[in-house]
Amino acid sequence: MKIIVCIKRVIDYNVRVQINREGDGVVTDGVKMSVNPFDEIAVEEALRIRERGEAEEVIAVSVGTSQSQQQLRTALAMGADRAILIETDDDMQPLVVARVFQKLVEREKPGLVLMGKQAIDDDANQTGQMLAALWNRPQATSASKLELTGDSARATREVDAGLEVIEFDLPAVVTTDLRLNEPRFVKMPDIMKAKRKPMETIALSELSIDLPTQLAQSNYEPPPERQAGRIVDSVEELVAALREKGVV
Amino acid sequence: MTKVLLVAEHDGAQLNLATAKALSCATQIGETDVVVFCDGANAVCDAAAKLSGAQRILKVSRSENAKPLAAVFAPQIAEMAADYTHILVPSTTFGKDIQPRVAALLGAPQVSDIMSVEGPRKFKRPIYAGNVIVTIDVPEAAKVVGTVRTASFKAADGGASAEVVNVSVDTDLPTHTRYIALEAHASERPDLQSANRVVSGGRGVGSAENFALIYSLADKIGAAAGASRAAVDAGYVPNDMQVGQTGKIIAPDLYIAVGISGAIQHLTGIKDAGTIVAINKDGEAPIFGVADLGLVGDLFAIVPELEKQLG
Repeated sequence: MKIIVCIKRVIDYNVRVQINREGDGVVTDGVKMSVNPFDEIAVEEALRIRERGEAEEVIAVSVGTSQSQQQLRTALAMGADRAILIETDDDMQPLVVARVFQKLVEREKPGLVLMGKQAIDDDANQTGQMLAALWNRPQATSASKLELTGDSARATREVDAGLEVIEFDLPAVVTTDLRLNEPRFVKMPDIMKAKRKPMETIALSELSIDLPTQLAQSNYEPPPERQAGRIVDSVEELVAALREKGVV
Repeated sequence: MTKVLLVAEHDGAQLNLATAKALSCATQIGETDVVVFCDGANAVCDAAAKLSGAQRILKVSRSENAKPLAAVFAPQIAEMAADYTHILVPSTTFGKDIQPRVAALLGAPQVSDIMSVEGPRKFKRPIYAGNVIVTIDVPEAAKVVGTVRTASFKAADGGASAEVVNVSVDTDLPTHTRYIALEAHASERPDLQSANRVVSGGRGVGSAENFALIYSLADKIGAAAGASRAAVDAGYVPNDMQVGQTGKIIAPDLYIAVGISGAIQHLTGIKDAGTIVAINKDGEAPIFGVADLGLVGDLFAIVPELEKQLG
């Protein structure tokens, strides 16, 4: 079985994101970029499945500029076998990305597609579900546990009411939540080894994808700030203030 | 003409409050029908019919709809979409699971986490964990498919009496996905997502045993109990108690943060709360920057005293 892992290049989660002067985007020049943390968990899960002997090959794929090769190299250094970059300089929203992945799925015929439940830049939480719909296959989103049993699988999903367990046939799309695993650290020899692993680059235009209507995004602004209130000196004062506000 | 279809969230017995909040968003856009996918669930439909603003309650009852599976609901929603310009669902784990599947079937882009309606096709939504707000315009060519950030909207009032209409949707449904179980963490306390009052503990609480302090105060004031990600990751409490960008985004009237320093991802989850109270020994903690009322000191002395004085 092959596993495809989809990864996205995003601003590193430790960076304090700044809106640009024009207000039509965020500052990315000179900003540290990383693999979307949820996608890193997806890579780790794919590797563990392969290491258990339940898959033979892990293919890391990404859609983006040529710089996304850096993030694919990270996935290769973690242990993925090969990588495919669908290269484009255009703004890629989830439905377009899902259609790209659909093409790759048709070509590679994986038993499982893994990706993060959302990317930490646009927080859309859409691509995995969209791919599953276009592929007409099952989905298990926000998975915190995944067990493969031959041609089906069982996932525990983190839902608002607790933990939901579903069973589904393979192939399928699984999106990963934080508690699924802790990704391994990449060691220096692995980084060297990753440089020799195959990385295929395909121009987006070569895939002849039907490009859907995209959303127009404008007026990037900071969220309304909450003003700090006052510090009280005692429990008595706190209770009095709460009573005055009528909240207790 | 603008016509909105809102998908109700429920557990077969009760309508989730997220539906009433999403309805407030939907009615700002236009005339709204609420669809309930279910197997029976008359009480849910009756509860939906009472919500002010809903034109009709469309009941789609069939055995496959007993449990909320995205692969089963999505083709039915996509089929019903023909009569509507807008398809909305609450941005809960239920809605997030289903709606992109609907959008893909319709070939429409999706607007996630609508936090305000600026026009029938113009919305604001948070990105970068709520650190940036962006304005979205949905092109005229596309159906508007969106999820509603429930913390941004007040629940629609009750007291109405919309008509409940049985609708049959004969779409072929897949059998490749099977619902097994929901392991809910049994709790007598109000539901965290919809509670008017919430008491949350952080790493400062120190242990699972010490969380008894939090539960006790919560029970005293009829509040739900929550936690920061640090407390969840430390294993003090289960994951479904987590408040924040990667947990639950909530908007109670009163939020009491105990031993929570206030990481940005936590603050994102509570910034729509009415009154925020912070109790922390570190007077420099970022939580005090957003709290309406702060008390610096030892939570192990303050919390029991607070509970006593609120009696």
